[in-house]
Amino acid sequence: MNFLATLQVALNALRVNKLRSALTMLGIIIGVGAVIVMIAVGQGAQARVEEQIRGLGANIIMVLSGSALSGGARGGSGSQQTITEDDAYALGKEIDEIQGAAPSLRGTGQVVAGNANWSTSFYGTTPDYLVVREWQVAEGRGFETSDINSAAKVVLIGQTVAKNLFGDSSPLDQVIRVRKVPLTVIGMLDKKGQNMMGQDQDDVLLMPISTARKRVLGATQAKSRNVGSIMVKVREGADMGEAEQHMRELLRQRHRLQTGQDDDFYVRNLSEILEAQEASSKVLALLLAAVASVSLLVGGIGIMNIMLVSVTERTREIGLRMAVGARSQDILTQFLVEAVTLSLIGGLIGLLLGVGGSFLVGELAGWRTELSVTAIFLAVGFAAIVGIFFGFYPARKASRLLPIEALRYE
Amino acid sequence: MSAPLIRTVSLVKEYRMGTNVVAALGGVSVDIDAGEFVAVMGPSGSGKSTFMNLLGCLDHPTSGEYWFGGQEISQLSGDELAAVRNRKIGFVFQHFNLLPRTAAIDNVALPLLYSGVPVAERHGRAEKRLAQVGLAERVDHHPAQLSGGQQQRVAIARALVNDPMLVLADEPTGALDSRTSIEIMLLLQKLNREGITIVVVTHEYDVANFAGRVITFRDGRVQADRANAAKDAATELAKLPPLSVNAT
Repeated sequence: MNFLATLQVALNALRVNKLRSALTMLGIIIGVGAVIVMIAVGQGAQARVEEQIRGLGANIIMVLSGSALSGGARGGSGSQQTITEDDAYALGKEIDEIQGAAPSLRGTGQVVAGNANWSTSFYGTTPDYLVVREWQVAEGRGFETSDINSAAKVVLIGQTVAKNLFGDSSPLDQVIRVRKVPLTVIGMLDKKGQNMMGQDQDDVLLMPISTARKRVLGATQAKSRNVGSIMVKVREGADMGEAEQHMRELLRQRHRLQTGQDDDFYVRNLSEILEAQEASSKVLALLLAAVASVSLLVGGIGIMNIMLVSVTERTREIGLRMAVGARSQDILTQFLVEAVTLSLIGGLIGLLLGVGGSFLVGELAGWRTELSVTAIFLAVGFAAIVGIFFGFYPARKASRLLPIEALRYE
Repeated sequence: MSAPLIRTVSLVKEYRMGTNVVAALGGVSVDIDAGEFVAVMGPSGSGKSTFMNLLGCLDHPTSGEYWFGGQEISQLSGDELAAVRNRKIGFVFQHFNLLPRTAAIDNVALPLLYSGVPVAERHGRAEKRLAQVGLAERVDHHPAQLSGGQQQRVAIARALVNDPMLVLADEPTGALDSRTSIEIMLLLQKLNREGITIVVVTHEYDVANFAGRVITFRDGRVQADRANAAKDAATELAKLPPLSVNAT
């Protein structure tokens, strides 16, 4: 008996018992569907974290001002501005591993253009900022060192701000007033999307640090060289830990700290935080897939149960088939093919439901889901294996029946 | 003369029941020639069913020889026996043993599935056999849509589909009323006249009387083996009062 004929017999047997076949498949359908949805959700979460890492820029180390000590009470980070613009320049110049170091001063304020206005935050920084954050200028140009030296009245505009102030028309060469200081838009930044806290990174203005200090932030900052933070990008391939160590040493030296004295600054490796988050989202994805696999396993056991019942119920049929010339191998193949067909059809339906389900979860729950071809093949392949594994025992049981006993079975 | 179609020499079949060994068949030597119509009789437990199973290659004898069509059967493997059953023997059972929810034509074609006959040919051959048993109109009917007699005809068509040398019928009329029983015997007689060897196992004399030879079993041995003046089923059928509605 050839395989095609066996397949035909198996399909026929399944068709004859439509309801039972459907119910048996249900376990596999749910199992495969769940695996696909869960993997999609897990991978979506992972992709989101990866995107945030890319959005932030890779290999970033933040240097923040330390805490002030006043009368034994320690303030929080940034309660005392200890790091300066010059620290940033020194870091960039003296440490080989560092590709760029951008000091930044942050401020918030009302921005007015014509009759539109918008409240946003702005950063006074250096050209290195765009290098560090791997941020491109979409239109126009970025500012240069000369703009910093002259505290030029120029500004780079984020896409959200541009949209709110200028709608769809180009913001280039327009004058906007930030805290009443008129600045000319020289460039529009690329779209960056949300950061890991869900903040809109495009709701921002970038201006030369000197402009921010002298013209926008005003008198309190005018004479100081202090900055709130320095963002440092470590060269591709360089050791982050080593770079961090060198930075620490250089800053301690510059701040004239004695051995044994606490750092008056903080160094934060942002990539590390994100990597930890990525690792935890990987664990989550694995966990989801594992839970879903259990339902696939249960589906397989369901198939085995039904096939066992079916073998008992069809004992006389098996006896008859043997009497008219079926070899035990033919019977084995028939029942195995039945089981595998059940799980494969179930797998395919589960696949469709899983793909639809992932889409729905993405739409309704607003989670990001990512379908992967590997997951799909894995789930359907696993379904087939489940069919073979759990179909084998009942099939072997059927094939080992003795023809006379099977024929006389009541 | 040529060798008989069936020759058993001291055929013994023992069953193990726990520690006891029960001899179902205690040395049976029988020859059956091609073209005979034999009835095997005996009370239950006489060994006639065991004998039937051995003739049908459904079971291995404990000892003795079984020659079928010039081939020693008792030493064949399970798969080889399956091939013999498939190509040389047709079975008819008391309870028809048709596949439920499966068209008559597919039931008839079932043995062809296991002998590697191409799909295109299967239906043609099955249809021919259904016509031969008078069911040309019912090829697409499921067993549940057929009467008992019609179901048994389908089963006979299935037994014939692979052009067997031997048709073994185990109580073929056991589940049928007397009129239908005679109709089935008529069909078997007709097939016998066309040259097919037929062995019928029955416990009814009425049925055995249609055979040309009656072998009676008792306690696992042949008690009597006699020629029988076979009744003609057609004549018997004519004697019955006519029915207003014909069952077949």
